[in-house]
Amino acid sequence: MRLTAGESVASGTSRDVLGRGLRVLGRAIREQPRIFAVAVAGSVLFGLMVIASAYVVGGVVGKVVVPAIARGSVAGGVLALAAAALFGISVLRVVGIFGRRLGAGYMQYRLQAAYRRRVTRRYLDLPLAWHHRNATGTLLSNANSDVEAAWYPIAPLPFAVGTLVMLVGAVVSLFLTDWALALVGLAVFPALFALNVVYSRRMAPRQARAQRLRAEVSGIAHESFDGALVVKTMGREAQETARFAARAGELRDALISVGKLRGVFDPMLETLPSLGTLAVLVVGAVRLRQGAIDVTELVSVAFLFTVLAFPVRAIGWVLAELPRSVAGWDRVRRVLNATGEMPYGEATLDPATPTPATLAFRDVHFGYEPAEAHLPGAEVLGAVSFTVPAGKTVALVGPTGAGKSTIASLAVRLVDPGTGTVTLDGVDVRDLTAASLAANVALVAQVPFVFDDTVRANIALDRPGVGDEEVWAALRLAEADGFVAALPDGLDTMVGERGTSLSGGQRQRLTLARALAGRPRLLVLDDATSAVDPRVEAAILAGLRTPADGGAPASILVVAYRRATIALADEVIYVEHGRVLARGTHAELLATVPGYADLVTAYEQAEQEREQPRPYDEVTPLTSGLEIEVDR
Amino acid sequence: MSTTVEADRPAEATESTWRTLRRGLALSPELKTGLAGTLGLALVYMIGRVAVPVAVQRGIDHGIVGGLDLDVVTLTVIATAAVLVVTTACGYLMMRRLFTVSETALAGVRTRAFRHVHDLSMLHQQSERRGSLVSRVTSDVDQITQFLQWGGVILIVNLGQLVVTTAVMLAYSWQLTLVVLVAFAPAVLVIRLLQRRLGVAYGVVRQRTGTLLGTIGESVVGAPVIRAYGIAGRTARRLDTAIEGQRQAQQRAIRISILGSSVGELAAGLALAGVVVVGVNLGVDRTLSIGQLTAFLFLVTLFIQPVQIATEVLNEAQNAIAGWRRVLDVLDVAPDVADPGEQGRELPPGPLDIRFAGVTFAYPGGPPVLHDVTLEIPAKSRVAVVGETGSGKTTFAKLLTRLMDPTAGDVLLSGVSLRQVRFDSLRSRVVMVPQDGFLFDATVGENVRFARPELTDPQLTAAFSELGLSDWLDGLPAGLDTPVGERGEALSVGERQLVALARAYVADPDLLVLDEATSAVDPATEVRLQRTLDAVTRGRTTLAIAHRLSTAQAADEVIVVDRGRIVQRGPHDELVKDPNSVYALLYASWLEQTR
Repeated sequence: MRLTAGESVASGTSRDVLGRGLRVLGRAIREQPRIFAVAVAGSVLFGLMVIASAYVVGGVVGKVVVPAIARGSVAGGVLALAAAALFGISVLRVVGIFGRRLGAGYMQYRLQAAYRRRVTRRYLDLPLAWHHRNATGTLLSNANSDVEAAWYPIAPLPFAVGTLVMLVGAVVSLFLTDWALALVGLAVFPALFALNVVYSRRMAPRQARAQRLRAEVSGIAHESFDGALVVKTMGREAQETARFAARAGELRDALISVGKLRGVFDPMLETLPSLGTLAVLVVGAVRLRQGAIDVTELVSVAFLFTVLAFPVRAIGWVLAELPRSVAGWDRVRRVLNATGEMPYGEATLDPATPTPATLAFRDVHFGYEPAEAHLPGAEVLGAVSFTVPAGKTVALVGPTGAGKSTIASLAVRLVDPGTGTVTLDGVDVRDLTAASLAANVALVAQVPFVFDDTVRANIALDRPGVGDEEVWAALRLAEADGFVAALPDGLDTMVGERGTSLSGGQRQRLTLARALAGRPRLLVLDDATSAVDPRVEAAILAGLRTPADGGAPASILVVAYRRATIALADEVIYVEHGRVLARGTHAELLATVPGYADLVTAYEQAEQEREQPRPYDEVTPLTSGLEIEVDR
Repeated sequence: MSTTVEADRPAEATESTWRTLRRGLALSPELKTGLAGTLGLALVYMIGRVAVPVAVQRGIDHGIVGGLDLDVVTLTVIATAAVLVVTTACGYLMMRRLFTVSETALAGVRTRAFRHVHDLSMLHQQSERRGSLVSRVTSDVDQITQFLQWGGVILIVNLGQLVVTTAVMLAYSWQLTLVVLVAFAPAVLVIRLLQRRLGVAYGVVRQRTGTLLGTIGESVVGAPVIRAYGIAGRTARRLDTAIEGQRQAQQRAIRISILGSSVGELAAGLALAGVVVVGVNLGVDRTLSIGQLTAFLFLVTLFIQPVQIATEVLNEAQNAIAGWRRVLDVLDVAPDVADPGEQGRELPPGPLDIRFAGVTFAYPGGPPVLHDVTLEIPAKSRVAVVGETGSGKTTFAKLLTRLMDPTAGDVLLSGVSLRQVRFDSLRSRVVMVPQDGFLFDATVGENVRFARPELTDPQLTAAFSELGLSDWLDGLPAGLDTPVGERGEALSVGERQLVALARAYVADPDLLVLDEATSAVDPATEVRLQRTLDAVTRGRTTLAIAHRLSTAQAADEVIVVDRGRIVQRGPHDELVKDPNSVYALLYASWLEQTR
């Protein structure tokens, strides 16, 4: 996860952040106006009842207690009324709390859910090229913690709005009571407000820093535990711990700095209203002597200062969350506004009788954008042209890193070419609808991906026309029926996170069955059978070319190293450094293309060479810089 | 990243809170540093909270109601203000001490747990989900520190406040104190009940959040599959279900939380009403002054705050304790493959020979995968271990590098039992290249110098050229400085293996163990690597677990494993002579694939 909250806070002035934060809040209110109104109404009711409670307490003391004690007798009716008023105010406050917190909570969760839906929809809509440019961890946190951060200030927002109303109400009531006491209020409340603002402003960057360090500490732990085997086998535990401890130490210092700031402001925020109450006592006593107020009013105002202190902090909570909210919102918006959609066309391929498809590449160029701006972008493919004729099997052969997987991705339109076209039965794949494309072509990738779901769901993928019968047929063809039948719940067995409960070969055969179950007219295998026995592979390919049930055969594009696989192909295409160097039958290429011959006869050559004496017999020191000649 | 959230584990509740606290304190005694002083400061800080009600009482009784006396009022106010200045300062000092001590101690716990996870055996590391190990050193510790920063302070302060407030109330009137306590008693019971339900509700939220994160993760990692099969609609439905499930759980939790604070609020209202009714009667009897009664009304409001947030604070406290318990539980697991440390021996210098003496190995709860294996491999030899998938050949590599210990028997290097060898000696002399060559999110160069950070770029470039990989390195956009991406995903699977091999090679081991280290590399590159490895590992011992039999052909000797036993050994040429042997059959199948 790459959080950059700290940086975002650092960039741009705090006034800027305040303005942008308020705009984010404005958007939230526009999206959920009703529930926000409910929450604010609850909050205002709560605030008014806080003021009311102060005046009722004052009234009870001045109008009930003092006369009763002075008289030496209790007026039962008045007393009951006072008690009922105090309890009644509590009940109304509870109503206010319900409206405020329920409204705020529901609003926050609805916004979170809505934006998680929107962000993940974008993930599904945006092309793979966009996915490649973004780290998995970043995308995960965009949909999760960034959405959460963006709407975090919603929780205290209605409380803060209600508090503002309450403060205005309190000052008005103070002026109605006594101008001198009101002046005390005018001194204390703005000071309290200012103290909260300063506190939040100074806290926000510290919190952001702690949050960023927390993510970094977590990132180190994730990576280090993922690579635990490498760490262990190379004995780097101490160094890894030092790497972790350094960042954990920074996090500790950041948290201590958060704590110290809290230590400064929390006690002050509590003391300020207390000092206000004390000031009310002195000023009140003076005004009492002047006959300007009575005991009721004095106690009311003193009480008001005591109960007002806590709600005022809600304003600080909102302000404190704004920078984080803005940073989260910016990252969410980056996903929502991302362009480069890969639109699908309107054309469909529905031949009356199912026949194999013809795939053609015409002068296809492809390059990845650089991962980092200062690095050069790499051209992966240049001027690639070839055809997979209907019903034929074509093998794609080339050294590691030659661009074979990219060709496989282009063939099923996971990515689009920079220039040139990829056509299926003469139709540009960009003109096909998503459904038609998925129904006609299937790719089995090099690294099998399995969903955390049942075996059945992994193979059928809810596609129409893929029932249990088709699933079992596909499993049989992929020679996966044996181990699936042996699973505790058969097709209903959950395969776990990323299929961790299965072996690599089992995962590979499941993904193979997934592709076969859809009966594609073109099958693209990207070195997808490396963990499958060659005999099985041959059976699979043969089964596709001439289905036992007399169904439609498929055209096949297969990335392969194995001679046995290549031997099954009608034609071989040899690629090197992103270019098609040669095409023809295996025998032709073997005779005419040295690079191809080197690759496929590497083992035989090695065997022959072993007959000759070995040139090196001593330990070669690592730093000798000795260049070893490699025959190509 | 707190994205790793797990389902609740009810079994955890078996250990009492006190026992966890005792274990935690025993492990981090520094937490007790200056604890008495911190609590003393907290107590003084609390006095500040009751100072105002006391001032109100004294002001009213002695300066306002019984004949106005401004001097008394002023004096009271000045004295109280002075007290407040002192208590505020104490509050600052208290928090400063608390945070410094606790954060320092917890950072220590975090780092110790991190190291401990690395010290656990490979088997233990694999039996836990990666994510749950990560949360031991992240979200679990975060939960404790976050609690201390918010709830912990509130808990300490409010407990102190309850004590001090009760003391002051008792000093004024035991009858009214009783009224307040009676009014709050039912609230405490209800809150206790709600807090338990809230704990369950938050457990559901965590679990649903975990499901949501898993589903989002699948939609991101599985993007190519989703695209290729046109199942965006299905994925969207799954996402919507997970998102909605989490929202429902969150809403349920907040409803319970609101109930909790409402109960506190109602109790406060009840207490206020009760105090007025009883207080007036006591006042009429002259057992209570007006000031005392007023002060009581102030004191009752001091009760509201702690009770209102009690459900949340107690719940957080429980989560923090549970987090702490999980961290302690990990620390309590003794590594079953332990470094003998100071008492251990060093491997003798020079090339290493290998001896398996009656080695049997079984995974916990499983049948043996190796049966009573005895064999010797002389120093400097190059040996290939071959066999069908599941024959036990990878277990060889793991026992030889002491990622696991044999269930019975002993593995010796140059006559020294691996169990006696200090890890720093073992890991610097014996290096394994696993099939999945994990790369760190750094540059190619940084990954290669992982074990030897002191190596310079020219030395790394030389190493690549010694391995015959100069061409490949030159073809990278930025050579050694090319970033490999998360887990090396910017490189192809085969390229990752090349980097992992270079990383092991520069570590300069005396025994190199290759576990199908080049399985995803093209044949020509593999053969080239084979040849250069042969050259550069001359004079060292190498053992290669081989999928491709070209490796076996090139080895001095081949060891054939079948169903956990060694069935054949010898040079390739001799082994193929027996046409019915396991090796001959494997070789025939290999020829079928490659010719």
